[in-house]
Amino acid sequence: MAGRWKGRALLVAAAALLGLTAASAAGAQPAATSSSSAALAGTLNIYGFGPGDDVANGRAEFATRSLGSGVTVNNPRGGFNDQAFLAMLASRNVPDVVYLSRASVGTYAAKRAFVPLTSCIRSERIDLKQYRAAALREVTYKGQVYALPEFTNQITLIVNNEVARQAGVNPADIQTTNWRKLRAANKKMLRIEDGKVTRIGFDPKIPEFFPLWVKWFGADIVSKDGLTPRLNSREAVAALEFTHSLIRDHGGWDRFKAFRDTWDFFGRQNQVARNQVGAWPMESWYYNVMADNSPGVDITAKFFTNRRGGPITFFQGNGWAIPRGAKNPGLACKWMKAMTSVDAWMTVAKNRFDLRKRQGREFTGLYTANARADVKIYQDIFQPMGRKQFDEAVVKLVQASKYGFAVPVSPAGAEIKQAYIDAINRVLAGQQTPRASLNQAQREAVAAIRRNR
Amino acid sequence: MTSVAHSTTVPGPRKGARRWFSRFTRAETWVAYAFILPWVFGFLALTAGPMVASLYFSLTNYGVEQIAGFAPTEYVGAQNYRQLLSDEKVRTSLYNTFFFTILSVPAKMALALGLAMILARLVRMAGFFRTAFYLPDITPPVAIGIMLLLLFNGSVGIVNTVLGWFGIPGPFWTTDPNWIKPSLVIMSVWTIGGTMVIYLAALKAVPRHLYEAAAMDGAKPWRQFKDVTLPMISPALFFTFIVLTIAGLQTFTEVYTAYFGAGSAGAEAPDAALMNVVYLFRQAFEFFNMGFASAMAWLLFVIIMIVTAFQFVVSRRFVFYQGEKG
Repeated sequence: MAGRWKGRALLVAAAALLGLTAASAAGAQPAATSSSSAALAGTLNIYGFGPGDDVANGRAEFATRSLGSGVTVNNPRGGFNDQAFLAMLASRNVPDVVYLSRASVGTYAAKRAFVPLTSCIRSERIDLKQYRAAALREVTYKGQVYALPEFTNQITLIVNNEVARQAGVNPADIQTTNWRKLRAANKKMLRIEDGKVTRIGFDPKIPEFFPLWVKWFGADIVSKDGLTPRLNSREAVAALEFTHSLIRDHGGWDRFKAFRDTWDFFGRQNQVARNQVGAWPMESWYYNVMADNSPGVDITAKFFTNRRGGPITFFQGNGWAIPRGAKNPGLACKWMKAMTSVDAWMTVAKNRFDLRKRQGREFTGLYTANARADVKIYQDIFQPMGRKQFDEAVVKLVQASKYGFAVPVSPAGAEIKQAYIDAINRVLAGQQTPRASLNQAQREAVAAIRRNR
Repeated sequence: MTSVAHSTTVPGPRKGARRWFSRFTRAETWVAYAFILPWVFGFLALTAGPMVASLYFSLTNYGVEQIAGFAPTEYVGAQNYRQLLSDEKVRTSLYNTFFFTILSVPAKMALALGLAMILARLVRMAGFFRTAFYLPDITPPVAIGIMLLLLFNGSVGIVNTVLGWFGIPGPFWTTDPNWIKPSLVIMSVWTIGGTMVIYLAALKAVPRHLYEAAAMDGAKPWRQFKDVTLPMISPALFFTFIVLTIAGLQTFTEVYTAYFGAGSAGAEAPDAALMNVVYLFRQAFEFFNMGFASAMAWLLFVIIMIVTAFQFVVSRRFVFYQGEKG
């Protein structure tokens, strides 16, 4: 009897051992990450990253150092290209880690081209709380995180004070809460000479920032689970009607766009320096462009506010993901952890601040998806550098990060985006009414989700 | 006469095959085939192979998962072809493509012929002008796409500036949907160098004595052009008509660069510029609907075949081949 029990106990122990082995084997792919303390060796193949600026390159150096001298980092510089990545998938020769727009992560995740980072996060003890929730939601598909986010590129209003003064507009009226006042300010600030636009009053930046205008109502263009598009909702139609009216005030999209295309956007004679625009919503990086090229511009940074007056901002940016079939997922996990770490951001922020100080130029901050890094950069590194307009803008941008949202991740993210861009273009071109055009976009988005879910 | 007629009759299939195989007894046949072998290999591997594959994919759900081998490729029947009928953008893209082709092909042919006729009459500096007119043909299409936006900008573009000198207010070429396609047509005329060279060669080959005879019969220049020049160069005209039509129906690079690529500065992705191949590319490589994109490719292939067949049928009445009987 005792022998039988002994036999059963042995059987149970063997089964448990087998179960444990199987469980560890199941997590084996990303579990290569677990040997944190052991010396690392091998080659990490990166795709889609660089050539970058000092912030990108500085973090890449930081991450390379963190992997140790035994690891060779192979980074053929160049942006992420879907066609090239498909060829890599087809040849079963994928890179270990890819850098791409977060808007595309959902599409690849839904098609199983990326691995969920669950094991990576566990084995490397990556604290997800450090990342901004909205940025993280943008790379979370069906409850699993598929990428680690980098920048947030929050949007604020840039008001050209000189133009406002010339037009006799009270800067307080240049805001987005009260659309009637905003439209009146737009009409006052814009300038048309000989039938041609020579100054834009307020550029609503559609189609790019359309989700932000819909969020004004508290609505989204797609449901939280990413499976139900809401492109023709009452809020979306109203947002398009209003933003279109701001452009119509300039005599129509033709005149508006043709003039905007002439701007020296990245140069010394940019649209602010030349007073070619009154105000517009813009991503955070543009303050850096102005600080570098036209530090004397008289601007005010303001929140983009919703209908209740509360600040809102729209997050967009890139992230790091591991393709399914990567040969070195462990190294990839360590790399993306290092690239998005507080220490990496602090290192490059300090270097940039010191460089700017030496050059006598403004440091306009770094705005990352790592909330802890943002706080430390602001508290430990940032110092006002004397140009009030930029120093105040930094304060606004730091605060704006708290109010960020992102378009919910969807398996047909790219097609939904294209559907609303096309719809807005049809309206701008005068081919369809906002309602009819967004109805068509909704049909296209529904069909796209049906194909991709 | 009868025996001659007998000797030129087409041999039966078995007889023909036997004759074809009998040629391989000669060394030069092997040499000739060895020379064309690289092309045959290239055609099979790079053209025929992908065509057959795309026909297969057009009947499947081929996409990212199937490319990567994560999921099996499933047969979906005619689903992708049915989707062609319901997709509003397919109709838009086909309309745009035909509009562009119908305007651009005659414009290119007429201008190329005009230039070729001028060059044919030039005695001095002919080589220089021939090179000068051909140069735009070697401009990369991507550069042409970018140039289009610069030249045709409604506010500061050179085209509108020049029109302004004559008191003509130019339209907003790159943002007004009514003018986007005409601007693309005008821009396409930039690359008529190749067509012009073909016409120039054809014009040089027209026997002088035909003009002399026509002149002796009292034919004025227009009559000489209509009754001598055009018939004599009609094979060249027909050839370019076919080639330009096919190229027009497959227009992609310039349009994609100007309006759909990263950093495009025209109206972003306007429906008015959505050509069939552009939409096909987007479906395949931006939205990963490879099966649907393959069905689109086959639709375009069938359309091109029908248009070309129609052109061949019609050409019998207009194209004159020297040495033909009758």
